[in-house]
Parts: sequence; C-alpha cells; structure tokens
Amino acid sequence: MAIVNNRLTAEQYNENFSDIHPPFESREAALVEANRCLFCYDAPCIKSCPTSINIPKFIKQIATDNIKGSAHTIFSANIMGGGCSKVCPVEKLCEGSCVYNLMHEKPIAIAKLQRHSTEKAISGQWRLFERKPATGKKVAIVGAGPAGLSCAHVLSREGIEVTIFEKESKGGGLMTYGIAAYKVTPQFCEDEVNYITSLGGIHIQYNKELGKNLSLPELQRDYDAVYLGIGVGVARQLDIPGETLDGVVDAIQFIYELRSKGYPAVPVGDKVAVIGLGMTAIDAATQAKRLGAKEVTIVYRRTQEEMPCTEAELEIAKLDGCKLQWLAAPKEVKGQDGKVQQLICSIMQLSAPDASGRRAPVDTGQTFTLEVDMIIKAAGQVPFEALITSEQIHHQQGKIIIKNNATNIPGVFAGGDCVNGGKEVVDAVQAGKEGAAAILEYLVGSEQLAVSNHQHK
Amino acid sequence: MANISANFLGIKSPNPFWLASAPPTDKKYNVLRALEAGWGGIVWKTLGSQVKNVSSRYSAVDYHGSRVMGFNNIELISDRPLELNLQEIRECVKLFPDRAMIVSLMADNDRNSWHEMIAKVEDTGAHGIELNFGCPHGMNERGMGSAVGQDPEIARMVVEWVMEKATIPVITKLTPNVHSVVPTGKAVVEAGTNALSLINTIQSVTGIDLDTLIPNPNVGGQSAFGGYCGPAVKPIALKMLTTISQDAVTSRVPVSGIGGISTWKDAVEFMLLGASNVQVCTAVMKHGFRIIEDLCEGLSNWMDEKGFATLNDFIGQSVNRITKWEALDINYHIIANIHQDKCVHCGLCYIACEDTSHQSIHLEYGKPYNTYTVKTEECVGCNLCKLVCPVEDCITMDEHRKGPEYLNWTEYQRRGLPLNDH
Repeated sequence: MAIVNNRLTAEQYNENFSDIHPPFESREAALVEANRCLFCYDAPCIKSCPTSINIPKFIKQIATDNIKGSAHTIFSANIMGGGCSKVCPVEKLCEGSCVYNLMHEKPIAIAKLQRHSTEKAISGQWRLFERKPATGKKVAIVGAGPAGLSCAHVLSREGIEVTIFEKESKGGGLMTYGIAAYKVTPQFCEDEVNYITSLGGIHIQYNKELGKNLSLPELQRDYDAVYLGIGVGVARQLDIPGETLDGVVDAIQFIYELRSKGYPAVPVGDKVAVIGLGMTAIDAATQAKRLGAKEVTIVYRRTQEEMPCTEAELEIAKLDGCKLQWLAAPKEVKGQDGKVQQLICSIMQLSAPDASGRRAPVDTGQTFTLEVDMIIKAAGQVPFEALITSEQIHHQQGKIIIKNNATNIPGVFAGGDCVNGGKEVVDAVQAGKEGAAAILEYLVGSEQLAVSNHQHK
Repeated sequence: MANISANFLGIKSPNPFWLASAPPTDKKYNVLRALEAGWGGIVWKTLGSQVKNVSSRYSAVDYHGSRVMGFNNIELISDRPLELNLQEIRECVKLFPDRAMIVSLMADNDRNSWHEMIAKVEDTGAHGIELNFGCPHGMNERGMGSAVGQDPEIARMVVEWVMEKATIPVITKLTPNVHSVVPTGKAVVEAGTNALSLINTIQSVTGIDLDTLIPNPNVGGQSAFGGYCGPAVKPIALKMLTTISQDAVTSRVPVSGIGGISTWKDAVEFMLLGASNVQVCTAVMKHGFRIIEDLCEGLSNWMDEKGFATLNDFIGQSVNRITKWEALDINYHIIANIHQDKCVHCGLCYIACEDTSHQSIHLEYGKPYNTYTVKTEECVGCNLCKLVCPVEDCITMDEHRKGPEYLNWTEYQRRGLPLNDH
C-alpha cells in the first residue's frame, strides 16, 4: 500500500473528471423542459433560493427565446448563478420545493436551465449590466470568493471603485479551490471570475493575505469601507492519537491541490478513509476514487437520516464505488515508520432525541479497524479565529459577529462563511449582496440606495 | 362492441373518418396507404381548373413547445394531369370497394366546365362529389373557391348547374371566411345540394420570421394569405357547424364535419353538434395515416361506455344544448372550491383571479408554500381558476343556486330585478 500520484492515463483522468451534469444539448431540449414549468405565482422555488432568483421568470424567458433576458434575471439576483447552477444542492433548495414534487412528478430541472442561460452569457461575454456614474467612493474587499465577488459586483454597479485582495493566485474562493472538479471545471471558475470583473470597477490583487502582507488598519486608512469575505480555513482536527502521521490529510487541502496542481500530480492512497459526510467529504471521497484509489470508505458517526449531504451527493459517492461506514467515529490512527496503516473506529449508536429532536451518537465501547494508507479529514472547517482575534473583531468561536452586516469596527463589514461558519456558495452570494447594501447605506445613505436586496422573506 | 360504420347519403364506410380533400389525398400512392391503414373514406384532392404551384407552401403555429397547433397552406388544387387523377381514382375504387370515394371539384365558372367535370368523375365509379367553395387562397383571386362560397347567389347558381348533371350525391363545402355560413348554406340547400361539409380553411397570416421580417410561408421574400386549419380552428368550426345544425333550412341535409379534428374526442364533439361523419387532414399531415387506429378504437370504447350502439344514437345530441344567451338560467350559480388535499400551491388560480377577475381568492403566506382559499361571497363562478389550475379536480365549481326556479334574462327584466349590482 502506498500513497502515489500518476495512477491513471490522461484519458482516464479526463473521463473521471469530466462534467457530471452535462448541459442541454440543444435549444429544443431546453425548451421542452422550460415549457414544463407552470410559471407559479410567488413561487416556492424562489422562496427556497437563498438569493431569491426569479426562477419562473427566467425559465419563461428561455421558453420565449429571450436567453439574454433570462441570464439577466439570474445574474441580477445571483452574479454567480453560473457556478451555482453546477454546485448548488438544488434538491434541498429550488428543485426540492418545485410544486411538481407534490404531484409526484420530476421537478423542473431548474439548475440545468439556469446553466443553459448563464453559460451562454459567460461564454458569449454578454454585457448585461452597466455601472452607474462614479460616486468617488472606494471599498476594499478581502477575499475573492463568492461573498466578496458578489459584494464587489453590486458595489461596482452602484458606481463604487472596488479592490479585492485575494490570498490565492486565482479568484472564486472555494468555488475554485474547494469543490469537486467534475462539478465545476477550473476553466469555468476562471471564466466566471473574469465575467464578473468584466463589469469594470473591480480590481483583484492576488497573493495578498490579511495578517501577512495586508493589514486591516491599512485598508481602513486607504478605503471608505472594508468588507471581509475571508471564508473559513482548514479542516477540523479529529483530536485523536496518530493524527499527525503521514497520510492523514485535510480534505480542503486535498481538493485544493487537485484543483491547483492538476490531477496526475495529486497523490492518493490505495485504501482511503474519509471522515465526515458533508459535501466536502463526498467531493474528497469521489475524487480520491477518481484519482485511482482502489478502495474508499466514508466514515460517518451518525446514520443516513442525519447526514448533511444530499441524497443525490450520496448517490454519486455510491456510484463511484465508495463504501459507507455508518455509526463509526474515528478513535485512533495507527501506523509504522510514521505512515498511516490503520484507522480504529468506535462503533456508535444514536441516543434518544434531545429537546431539539437531534439524536446524538454515543460510543458503544466496541471498535473495528480499517486497514488504510490515507485518511482524509472532512468533518467541517475551522474559522480563522487567531486572525480575527488579532484584528480585534468580535467573534463567537471564530465566527465573526455582525449586526446589519457590520462588524464591531466602524466601516468594516463581513459576510459569508467567515460569519456563518461555512454554508453553500449561494448563501455566500446572498451575504455579499446584503453586505453591499449595508455598505452603500453606510457610504451614500439609504435615500440613494437603488439596489434592492430585501425581497420579502 | 359499438357499430361505428357510417352511412352518409347512402355512401357507406366502415367508420365515419374520411380524409379531407388535401395533399394526403392527391394521388393513388397516398390514398392506398390511407385505405390500407383503415380510413373509412377519401375526399380526393380538388380537380378542376389548370394551376401551377409555388414553393414553399405550408407554415404553422406552435404553442408552448407543441408543434403545429395551427397549420396554414397556400397550395392550390391538384396540379397533376386530370386524366391521371381520374385513372387513379378508378383504380382505388376498384381496390377498396367498401370505402367511400368522394371527388372534390372546382371547375371554371361556367356551366359547361362543371358538366364536363361531373361526367368525367362519375365515369370513375366514385360515390360522391364535393364542391370546393372554400379555398381561400390563389383560386379565389380567379373567382373560384371561397369567392363562390362567399356569395350565396353565385353559390346557388353553381349548385344549380351541378344538380342538373350529377347523378351521384353532391356535398357542398362551405367557407368560414364569411360573417355567417348560414346564408350560403341555405342558398345551396335550396339549389338542391344533397349535403354540406364545413369548414374549409380560414384566411390567415401565421407569423413572421423575426430575423428576416418576412411573413411565412416565405416564397422568395414574399408571402400571401393562406388557409388556416388544425387544432386551433376547431372551436370556430364547431360554432359554425352549430349554426348549420340549428337552421331550419340547412339542417335538412346531412353535414360532414371538418376543422381541426385530431382525436376521437374531437370527432365525437362534431357529431354531437350534428355532423354525420367527419373529415381529417392536419392531424395526418403531422402524424401520418396510423392515427386512424385510435380514432376508431377511442370512438368505439366511448360509445360502449355511454351505451350508444350506432353513430345515429348520439349524432346531434348536443345541438339544442346551445341556446341564446338570454335563455340561460340566471339563478344557476357556482362557486369555486379549492380542495386543499390536491393543491400544489402554484398560485396560478390566485394570480389569475387577483389580477384579472374578481379578487375572490385569499392568499395566506407560507414558506415555501402559500395556502389559497376561495372567498365564497366574492366568487362569481367564472371558471377561470379551475381553467388555469394544473391539477385535475383540485378546483371544483360547486352549485349554489341563487333561487330554485329557472329564471332567464327576459323574465328577470320583466320582474324588474336589480341590474349592475355586483
């Protein structure tokens, strides 16, 4: 057993990492689906989208061959509507509340239709927005992820000059670095960022990291307002013996390497255990398998009832041949010569539901052993607590506390994963919009505020 | 099993489905394929005056992703040699003696031309003649087709010429391009036609290419008014048929129903409003002759379910259910009822009623699903909510009479009951 790279041929890598949800092949195919949409009033799908995209409207626009209007409808509510159409857990959001579900019919393929319009807009570089006259105001945004880009786009449209400081060498945040490549290709992520910044008035400075070569007081001095969209950091520690052995890796780091170095360069074990069952765990497990791991086992301490990923995601993992070990919690990592050899797991059982109805896993005292040479940790991510503390920003266990999108420091706003601890891309986009609205109010006053993000909820 | 065989003026066919005079019936090849598929009868594409066709000839209207909701053509009558057509008709009659063979005619506007054509057609062994007084494109510019059908006196004259000569049954096909089909219908019945058929196509412009700005069908950068048919025209045809079925003179002769018939249900509706049989064209131009199977099976199964043994048991049964508005019962009142167990919360009933009708539906906000209920005191019973609801029987219109007795407009006024009081 060994952790090695370059396990597959170029063709195999290509096949394994090609688009898992192919787009509509033709205008006609999209029309058939668009015409199924009932065009609901006060539609449940809109209310189930964190960014409140007017879904029936954009689908109707596809049906009338008004693709440009359709893309505008989507991007007005969600400037990352292209990426979201590929990565959103839609069965929990828009598609999950489609009224067709209540008729026991397949819901409208909202994501696929959204992709149909947005891909055309992005590849065609359609100019759908114009900037308002310059206000003379300047805003600094830290982090070119979904929250930062979304905030930047709204602000720039309102005539504000935006500079984004990004610690990586590419924009997109977790969209670019933290999501399975078969969902969004690196090229798409780059195109999406370029499309957003093509509006003008948004300048991204790469390789600038807060706390390293960038300081908050500097930004406060040089800009009229600051928005922090710094996301969350490394995977949560397992806090078990053997965690530091060679072969225990962080899922985010693993996916980051996969996205930044190219598939053949990323080493993977023969027998891999993935800890956790969120979207990141699924992405890590399936991609480990697709990189050529012989056996991948997902270890989760609860049951399918409680799992955080969607059924569809679980299905992808199963189809990829990943095994599932329910009711198992990592207890100890054992190894030889500093390298991982075994993962000892406690067998858990679920307690009776607590007041909130949640059933906690309880150790039965029994254990079992998985023979592995690689362990990927994907049991949640940890906020940048030290950084936030050092900047004297109020937080709760590392999550920035905001009031009306503002931190405790005047003129400094925040949103996205660094505030909520880690949610979906679409939630971060909405946070960015709301942050922008708050900044506009702070800078130019609410009476001039033209952007309405406050749709009734 | 119901007996679906038809007898139209003594012309028998195993089922009441004839192919209308049109491209599908313009030569032996197609006609034999249709008869092999099981069609009851053929109305051979119009023979007559000399013509030359253009290209393109057809266009269509699509709706909500569905192709050919309406169909339009600018093709003229048969452009094949007359003798060839006659020879092929003769052969088809011999090969399928149990099917109806009707020949559509449109001669030049003189007595001799008509007499010559009739003699030639009768010589083929065909069972009947249909007079094309309806074609609304090309031929009408030369004083034929709908130009005849639009003028009752010209139509009367031509039918009189025809009846002087014809020894087999004559059906006169009416044009819908008039304010009412009844005057021409009356004139030709008085002139002796044995039967009527309706409707021919309706003059139309189906659409415009938004890139080139040229209306379709495009003939070298120009277009011309065409004849509209297909499912879109069915309601218009049914209305015109009803006026023929209700008129004292025109109702004396049998009617062959035409206009957007695609399914057995459509056919039954035409027959309930007085058609003795039906003619089909657009549906086969979209799907081919194979649709005859379900036309026959669907009709037969429906008749069995309803207990109708023969076609005559139900032909015309709905004619007297259409009356004048002033005879309708004002005391009849229905109120919408949204069945919550079936509601999928799409809100279509609400927005239709709220924006365009009587604000009779209450919205109770929910995330993600709103609840919709009827304000019974506001509901006027218009049906709109039920019509737009995507779930069958989710909205029912329940009867809540305003009074026990039948009360029509005349009586309502006589009693001086309140007006404009909603």
